[in-house]
Amino acid sequence: MADMTEDEVRAGVREWLTENWDPDRGLVEWRNLLIDSGWGVPHWPEEWHGRGLPVGMTPVVEEEFDKLGAVGVAKMGIRTLAAATILEHGSDLHKQRFLRGILTGEETWCQLFSEPGSGSDLAGAVTRADFRDGKWIINGQKVWNTSAHHADFGLLLARTDWDAVKHQGLSYFLLDMRQPSVEVHQLKQMNGHASFNQVFFTDAVVEAEYRIGGLGEGWKVATTTLMHERRGADGVRRYATGSDRAGRIYEEERAEVATVMAPYVWYPQRTGRADMLIERAKAAGCWEDRAVRQEVAKALTLARTAEWTARRAREAQQMGRPQGPEGSIGKLAASIVARACARAHTAISGPDAMLTGEDDGTGGVVAEILVSTPAISIAGGTDEIQRNIISERILSMPKELRHDTDRPFRDVPRNQVG
Amino acid sequence: MKFSFSEEQTEFRNMLRRFLQDRSPTTEVRRVAETETGYDPEIWRMMAEELGVTAIHIPEAYGGAGFGISELAIAAEEAGRALLPSPFFGSTVMAATAIAEAGTDAQKLALLPGIAGGGTIAALAAAEPGTGWNADAFAATARPDGDSWRLTGRKSYVLDGMAAGLVVAAARLPDGRLGLFSLPADSAGLSRRPLQSMDPTRRLAQMDFDGATADLLGGPDSGGPAWARTLDIAAVCLAGEMVGGAERLREDALEYVSMRMQFGRSIASFQVTKHKAADMLLEVELAKAAAYYAAAAADDDDEEVDQPLSALASLAKATASDTYMQTAIHAVQMHGGIGFTHDNDTQLWFKRAKSSEVFLGTAADHRERMLQHWSA
Repeated sequence: MADMTEDEVRAGVREWLTENWDPDRGLVEWRNLLIDSGWGVPHWPEEWHGRGLPVGMTPVVEEEFDKLGAVGVAKMGIRTLAAATILEHGSDLHKQRFLRGILTGEETWCQLFSEPGSGSDLAGAVTRADFRDGKWIINGQKVWNTSAHHADFGLLLARTDWDAVKHQGLSYFLLDMRQPSVEVHQLKQMNGHASFNQVFFTDAVVEAEYRIGGLGEGWKVATTTLMHERRGADGVRRYATGSDRAGRIYEEERAEVATVMAPYVWYPQRTGRADMLIERAKAAGCWEDRAVRQEVAKALTLARTAEWTARRAREAQQMGRPQGPEGSIGKLAASIVARACARAHTAISGPDAMLTGEDDGTGGVVAEILVSTPAISIAGGTDEIQRNIISERILSMPKELRHDTDRPFRDVPRNQVG
Repeated sequence: MKFSFSEEQTEFRNMLRRFLQDRSPTTEVRRVAETETGYDPEIWRMMAEELGVTAIHIPEAYGGAGFGISELAIAAEEAGRALLPSPFFGSTVMAATAIAEAGTDAQKLALLPGIAGGGTIAALAAAEPGTGWNADAFAATARPDGDSWRLTGRKSYVLDGMAAGLVVAAARLPDGRLGLFSLPADSAGLSRRPLQSMDPTRRLAQMDFDGATADLLGGPDSGGPAWARTLDIAAVCLAGEMVGGAERLREDALEYVSMRMQFGRSIASFQVTKHKAADMLLEVELAKAAAYYAAAAADDDDEEVDQPLSALASLAKATASDTYMQTAIHAVQMHGGIGFTHDNDTQLWFKRAKSSEVFLGTAADHRERMLQHWSA
C-alpha cells in the first residue's frame, strides 16, 4: 500500500466512492462504511482504519471526495487531538475503544490541560490523580476547556507524584466526562461569548486501564497533543461552515460542524479584520481624513508584512530547513496586527466606537473586534512566552532563571488554588 | 511569486558581503567619511570593474549586466549593512534608472555605458527645498531653446551631487508636464554646493540652475511616468538598504548585550532585554519581507501580486524607515552610555537611519502614497 503511486491512489479511491457513495445514507452509517474501507483516514495504519499511505497522499484522496461532494470522517474539533494522541501513545484497548467513535463523530472530546494556576506554565498542573482500590481518583479544576460542556471524553493531564520534579510527576488519562463527579461550567468572556468552560472534579474516576502512556510520562504524551494543536489539527484555523448541498447526510454534517464551530464564531474578529478597513472608512465618509488614512495604512502594512513573513518561513521550510521557532514570530506578529487594526477601526468609528449591537453602525461587528482583539496576544501562548521562545531559541540568549526544576514539585512555590 | 532567493542571488550577496567586510570595515567608513569627496575611488573602481555593482540593472544593450531590481536591492541591502559611503545609490540606483526609464535609445546609448562602467558618476536632481520629492510641487522650469532646453530653479538634497559629472534634473515644461533632463555637471548656469549632511556617509548637495542648457530625456510625455517608476525603484532599493542597516544594528546590539555583565549576570539574561531583542527581530523580519516582496514585484508581472508597484514600494519604504529608526533607538539604548559616544559605531548607523527616515519622503508621505495606489 505504502508504495502506491498517486494515480493508483486516485483510481482506488474513485472506484470505491463510485460504488459506495450515497448522500441519502445516514452520516454515521456512511462513516462506518468509510472507516471499514480505509479511505476515511488513508494515512493511518492498516490495522487501525487506514491504508498506511504517506500523509502526502491525503490531499489526493480529499480531492476525489470533493469532486463527488462525498462526506469524510469527522475531523474537526478536539477529537483530532485525541485521535493523534491515542494513535501515538495508546494501547490496543484505547484504540479499539475510541478511534471508531472519533471518526464517526458519535463521541466528542475536550482537552483538560490548563488550570487557574497554570496557564503559560502547563506542566505546573496541580489537579491530582490518586490511585485507590485499583482506580484513579481525580480531584481539582481545569479551565479554558473548549467544548467540554458537550464532550463525552476528556484528555486529562494530572499530577500523580508530588515528590518527583515537576515534569516527571504528571500522568495522562482518558476521562469519561459523563459522570456526576465531573462538573462543567461555561466561562463568559469580556466579549460576551462563552467559548470555554471550567471543569471541576470531585473524586471523579478513571479506570486503571485508561491511563495513556506510562506513570509519570504524562508530559511526554501531552507534548504530542500540543504539537498537533499548534499545527492547527483542531481544525479551527479556518472558520468552516460545511457543505451547502441538499440531502440528509449534509444536514447531519452541517449540524456537526455548527456544534464544533460554535465557540469560534468571534475568531475572525479577534484578528482585527484588516479586510474591512478601507470599505468601512469609505462608508463612514472619513476616507479623506489624513489621520484615519495613516492608521489604516499602518494596519494594512502590518497585515501584509505578517503574511509575507509567514510565507517566507514556509518557503524556507519547503527548501529543507526544519520547522523552527519561526511560528513564534508569526504569533507575535498576529498580536500587533490585531492591535493596529483595532486602532484603525476606532479611528474610523470615532464616537461610534462607544456603541455596540445595532447602534455601532456595523451590527456589532466592530464592537466585537474592539473587545475580542485582546485574546490574540494571550490564547495559544502569550506574547511574553513567544518573546521568551524567540530570544532563547532563535537569538540564543540565556534561559530564564527558574525555581521549579531542581526540587520535588511539592516544594515549588505556586499559586494557591481554591 | 517566490519569497526566497535563488542560489545565484545568495552567492552574489555573499560575495558582496565578504568584499565589503574586507574593504570597507567601519574604520574605513570613518576614514572615508572625513574625506572631501566622501567615497574611496579605489573601492568604487573595484565595485565597478570587479563586482559589476554599478551595472546591475542597466540593460546589456547599454553596457549593463541586465539583472533585475531584486539584484539591485540586494546590493543596496549589503551597502546599507556595511554603511558603505559611495555614489552607488545616487548614480546607479537613482540617476541610471531615471535615464533608462525616460531616455531615447540614442540617449541611453550615450549616457548609460559610462554609468554602468563606473567611470561616470551621475546624480538625480529632483527634490526641492522644503517640498522634497513631491513631484506636484516641483517648481523648477524648463523653456525651449532651439533643440535644447534652459533650466531654472533650485534643487536640493541631491544625493552624491558633488561627486557627479552628469546631472539628471527634473523640471516643469511650459505646459506643466514634468520633464527629465540631462546635462554635464560643469555646465554654465549650473552651480552647486555641498550641504552639511548630518550623516557624513550620505553626501547631499544643493544645485542652482540659472538658464543652464540641458537635453530633454525622451519626449514631453516621458518625464512623468519615468519619475514615478524611478521613485518606486529608489524606494524599493532604499527599503533594502534600510533593512540591511537595521539588521546590522540589531545583530551588533545583541552581541553587545551578550557580553556585557551587570549585577553579576549577563544583561542579555534580563527579560526586559530579551523581549526587546525579540521585538527587534520581529520588526526587522517584517520590514525585510516588505522590502523583498516589493523588489520581486518590481521584476515580476506575477498575477499573484495584487497591488501596483507604487503601493508596494511605498509600503516597503514606510515600514523599513520606521523599523530602521526604531532599531537604531533600541540599539543605542541597549549599549547604554557607550552607545551615545562618537567612538561607538552605533551612532554611524543611527545617523543613516535618521537620514533614511526622510530621504525620498517620510513614512507618513509614503503611507499616503501607498493608499493612493492601493487597489482595494
